[in-house]
Amino acid sequence: MDRTDRDVVVPGDLLSENPRDSGEGTYVKDDKVYSLLYGLANRRRDKIRVIPLAGKYTPSTGDIVIGIISDITFSNWIVNINSPYEGLLHISEYPKRIETTEMPKYLSMGSSIMARVKDVDSTMKVELTLNDKRLGSLKKGRVIEISPSRVPRLIGKGGSMINMLKKELDCNIFVGQNGRIWVNGRDEDMDLALKIIHIIETEAHTSGLTDRISEFLKNEKIARS
Amino acid sequence: MRMNGDISFLKDGFRLDGRRPDELRPIKIEVGVLSRADGSCYLEMGNNKVMAAVYGPREVHPRHLQEVTRAIVRFRYNMASFSVEERKRPGPDRRSHEVSKVSREALAPVIQTSYFPRSVIDIFVEVLQADAGTRTAGINAASVALADAGIPMKSMISACAAGKVDGQIVMDPMKLEDNFGDADMPIAMTPSGEITLLQMDGNLTIREMKEGLDVAKRGCQQIYELQKAALIERYSRMGDLERCKNAESTQGIQVI
Repeated sequence: MDRTDRDVVVPGDLLSENPRDSGEGTYVKDDKVYSLLYGLANRRRDKIRVIPLAGKYTPSTGDIVIGIISDITFSNWIVNINSPYEGLLHISEYPKRIETTEMPKYLSMGSSIMARVKDVDSTMKVELTLNDKRLGSLKKGRVIEISPSRVPRLIGKGGSMINMLKKELDCNIFVGQNGRIWVNGRDEDMDLALKIIHIIETEAHTSGLTDRISEFLKNEKIARS
Repeated sequence: MRMNGDISFLKDGFRLDGRRPDELRPIKIEVGVLSRADGSCYLEMGNNKVMAAVYGPREVHPRHLQEVTRAIVRFRYNMASFSVEERKRPGPDRRSHEVSKVSREALAPVIQTSYFPRSVIDIFVEVLQADAGTRTAGINAASVALADAGIPMKSMISACAAGKVDGQIVMDPMKLEDNFGDADMPIAMTPSGEITLLQMDGNLTIREMKEGLDVAKRGCQQIYELQKAALIERYSRMGDLERCKNAESTQGIQVI
């Protein structure tokens, strides 16, 4: 592991003497940059970021998330989005015009949906929408949960990891920003996908992971045939 | 409560348990021991054994406690009924309320609550075995558990006590020194020396108090290094593919 590029730091660790280096997960005090989080310090494009090793999902506008309907009110579906804050899906954000009384017919309690965060206000009221072709109810496949802090690693640089998995596993995989993942394919392919995602989750902080996973997949395939 | 001349706390410059006056008890820290909690830590400080669990940020219940602009911090300190020699009556009492309050106030200044409006960060500390200095042990464990939960903090918090026995200021007093000594002064602070907890029980002169503060601060610095080492160790130890391969299981994956 490259010690200079990816150091494990704890909150309060001094990262830099130059306040302009301050990136995500850091703060500036007396012109010095300190870590706010327990995570991996990463210097890129002359900014130092600290990538957390744990933590909850905080919704932000534009994120695509996988939610589960937890309640239905007069004109909103209340959606659990694996976050301290619940999502609100207004009846008008459903792609089709529907009546209030018909709401449970389209999305009932426990249904999984893929939705986009339309807006988040300062009190963390989260509005969701289904108004997009890619979005909607998830009727097939499986939904699993990983720690939201592992999502960037599962996607990889420019989607390198996830594209490799999709191709090699012959599965449809979608990673929600909130740490929920939808997998659809043949049962045995999905089983393998779940196993691999679990490995990526526990080893997200190690380097050269994409190559190791690729190797692991190759061996699994040989074992199967 | 001095037992006149019955006990001598220092012999040839060493304490009853063989420590030097400015020496901590052995400390053991384990990070991430509870899988249901968002962050957790098991800590031993001499014969103290405590477990800390952190949940959150999560929705606030009851609702009226929630703050619109920031997260609230709750801290519950609890002693197991078997943690002391005489059975402790279970449940909250005056002392545990006090310890919970001061511990919460020791940690809250570094937690970045403005990042999570309308939520709560819950900290639970369970004392499994007590041997003087459980509040400092609890704060040390809670600080590590908060970091483990990925909660943004300005810095870690470390806590250590100073005591006075036989006219001598000692670091991190154990049960005998606490019960029969002249004073006990627990403190908590950030690594840069900002004090977030300062209590005192017993009698100290101003000069002794200054010396005690100095001793306790040095204890905190040593504890901080151990907390940091435990957190760093956790992620250097993990991460070999072999271990996962051998496990051959998808335990921990829950299909919804």
